[in-house]
Amino acid sequence: MTTLQRKESNPIAHLSPEDIEEIGRELDAIRDEFLAIRGEKDAAHIRRMIKIQRRLELASRATLMLSVFPPAWILGTAGLAVAKILENMEIGHNILHGQYDFMRDPKIHSTTWEWDHASPAEQWKHSHNELHHKYTNVVGRDNDLGYGIMRVDEQQRWTKAHLGQPLYNLINALLFEYGIAAYDLELGRNLKTKKRRNNPEFRERLRAVGRKIRKQATKDYLVQPALAIPVGLAVGNPVGAFFGTMAATAVANVVRNLWSHSVIICGHFPKGVETFERTSITGETRGEWYLRQMLGSANISGGKLMHIMTGNLSHQIEHHLFPDLPSSQYAQIAPKIKALFAKYELKYVSGPMIVQVASAWAKVIRLALPNREPAREIDHSIPPRHPAEVGAGV
Amino acid sequence: MPVTQTLRDGAWRVVELITTPVVPADYLDVIAPLRNPTVLRARISDVRPETATAVTLELRPGRGWEPHEPGQYIRVGVDIDGVRLWRAYSVSNAASRKDGRFTITVNAVPDGVVSSYLRYQARKGEIVHLDLPAGDFVLTKPRPAKALFVTAGSGITPVMGMLRSCLSEMPDVVVVHSAKTPEAVVFGAELRELAAAGRIRLIERHTTTEGRLKPAGIAELVPDLLDRETWACGPADLLDDLQEHWSDAGAAERLHVERFRPTVLVAGDGGTVTFEKSGVTTEVPGGTTILDAGEAAGQLMKSGCRMGICFKCVLPMREGIVRDVRDGAITTATEVDGDNVLIQTCVTTAAGPCRFDA
Repeated sequence: MTTLQRKESNPIAHLSPEDIEEIGRELDAIRDEFLAIRGEKDAAHIRRMIKIQRRLELASRATLMLSVFPPAWILGTAGLAVAKILENMEIGHNILHGQYDFMRDPKIHSTTWEWDHASPAEQWKHSHNELHHKYTNVVGRDNDLGYGIMRVDEQQRWTKAHLGQPLYNLINALLFEYGIAAYDLELGRNLKTKKRRNNPEFRERLRAVGRKIRKQATKDYLVQPALAIPVGLAVGNPVGAFFGTMAATAVANVVRNLWSHSVIICGHFPKGVETFERTSITGETRGEWYLRQMLGSANISGGKLMHIMTGNLSHQIEHHLFPDLPSSQYAQIAPKIKALFAKYELKYVSGPMIVQVASAWAKVIRLALPNREPAREIDHSIPPRHPAEVGAGV
Repeated sequence: MPVTQTLRDGAWRVVELITTPVVPADYLDVIAPLRNPTVLRARISDVRPETATAVTLELRPGRGWEPHEPGQYIRVGVDIDGVRLWRAYSVSNAASRKDGRFTITVNAVPDGVVSSYLRYQARKGEIVHLDLPAGDFVLTKPRPAKALFVTAGSGITPVMGMLRSCLSEMPDVVVVHSAKTPEAVVFGAELRELAAAGRIRLIERHTTTEGRLKPAGIAELVPDLLDRETWACGPADLLDDLQEHWSDAGAAERLHVERFRPTVLVAGDGGTVTFEKSGVTTEVPGGTTILDAGEAAGQLMKSGCRMGICFKCVLPMREGIVRDVRDGAITTATEVDGDNVLIQTCVTTAAGPCRFDA
């Protein structure tokens, strides 16, 4: 864990390899405990969420048919934004993780679910479940770190292009779902050479994204506005009704994008979250994998509504430890995880959303500029397997 | 009217455009679950205990239901502790009620998760999932002049459906039924009433006191049994005995049997794994994951994180028993589960023979 070892104080210096494996065993025991009680309550939770979300979406879309009237516009837009957030966060993200596969309900299953998002579920599952969750916070392997365009660690080399990263981050936040789609396609890498551009597999994935975006856009920017025309005609303003509704769905989509972007940067960017080097994960044990998840994630504190609206990613640490346990269990798991952090003197990073978002943005802005002092030279010969032998301050 | 049909189709397509990425029926589901034409469901409209362990459930099916033929079974999917479990049960009422309602009769078997749930916990108003009626355990046409029904335990349920529907078309009916005690006879009162009215000849056998009936014993009680078109339903060993007896007598085609005793799956260490579509078969030792073994055997396997978190490697298990290598949890699948048991091949190993739809 060399990136860790370069820090002023190595957060795991006090842990022996045996300690790390013991942490792994304790976490496995917590996992077993919650697997054993997983059942009806969790199934009822996701069904209830789906029910609320679909009813809210139907009601909001119906309200938007009257969007020529400002109160209906406001109500419909707000409702649709909330419905889209629920659909992406608590429902889509968690179902696509396979958290509710245990129900054996073909309608609520990671292999059949599709979501209200520019990126097709199949591609998102690959880049998120397979890459991000396995290689969490490993610089160069986990593309969620800076999405391949930003500098997120002092150790990354600074170039002039990084000056623009606060702006890139803002644009990414506003268009987040398209950013994710581009990222799932590994657009940066795949557009680089002619050979990669013409790769039939890449082209097929590109077409799939195109189809998905076309359907999503037809729904929100064509059909929904068209449904407002009859009432628009009745009050003599069909054109206003059409474009007013188009603005409403656009606002709902942007609100959803800003919200999910904020939740996600709270997960791995705030102060206190560690990053890891590519070499640090070769031959990684289960205990070390767990430890990386513990140190590489941050929670958002708040009430039940906050947990639901963030898709329980407010329990990012618990989610990263047990990505396949149902989100409905994270709140119950959290106290046990917190106690484990305390026992092993590790830092459980958690804070109110506003503080965490500000902290993440501060990091993005700070790292847009070069480091004040040159990065310390490090000794690559130190085997990452025995971080405790290195001692603090190396 | 082709014009209204075109208009309706057009309107439906607009609705589909706005519900994407899901289908309109998914929205309908949260308002009127029985109206969904693509997913067959039913509401339990009545719960009637039959014996200490048996219950009759009356079901009101939703859209898409097709009436059964007496003797057929249906697959019922019940959500128990959040998990949908499927079992097959015979339809026990007379055929074709006008309102589509039908009954199934379930006998709670020891350790039977679904049958015990249905007997002791199912409530009126609950929704269950269904499959269309199936099975060729039905009466022949024209109806037989002389019929024999050999049943044991809950094996009486499909036969009861036949008797309730078609008894008037059959002049000579013998029913040989085994149950542990007189009280344990499902539909006991109704059967005895039919016998008292002279409409059937009923031979009850109470196995706790009289022991199990063998084919030779039946032949003694019903001397002309080989002249009779015979339907039998009950435990596997009874059916095996009967089939042997009828084959030996050269009358195998006159015996119709129904077996849906679930295949008994016992967890062991390792097993033979078959990928049905490709025809690849391989021995999987207890410590090896199905993913690794499949790849080693040349099967094209989908895989992702290889640590049980991304769910890319899941395959439907048609039949078999597997063990989760992380926590030792056992998962089983039988034919009656359909395609609903999906296995994470990267973290499971065989605990017995398994067949995958891949």
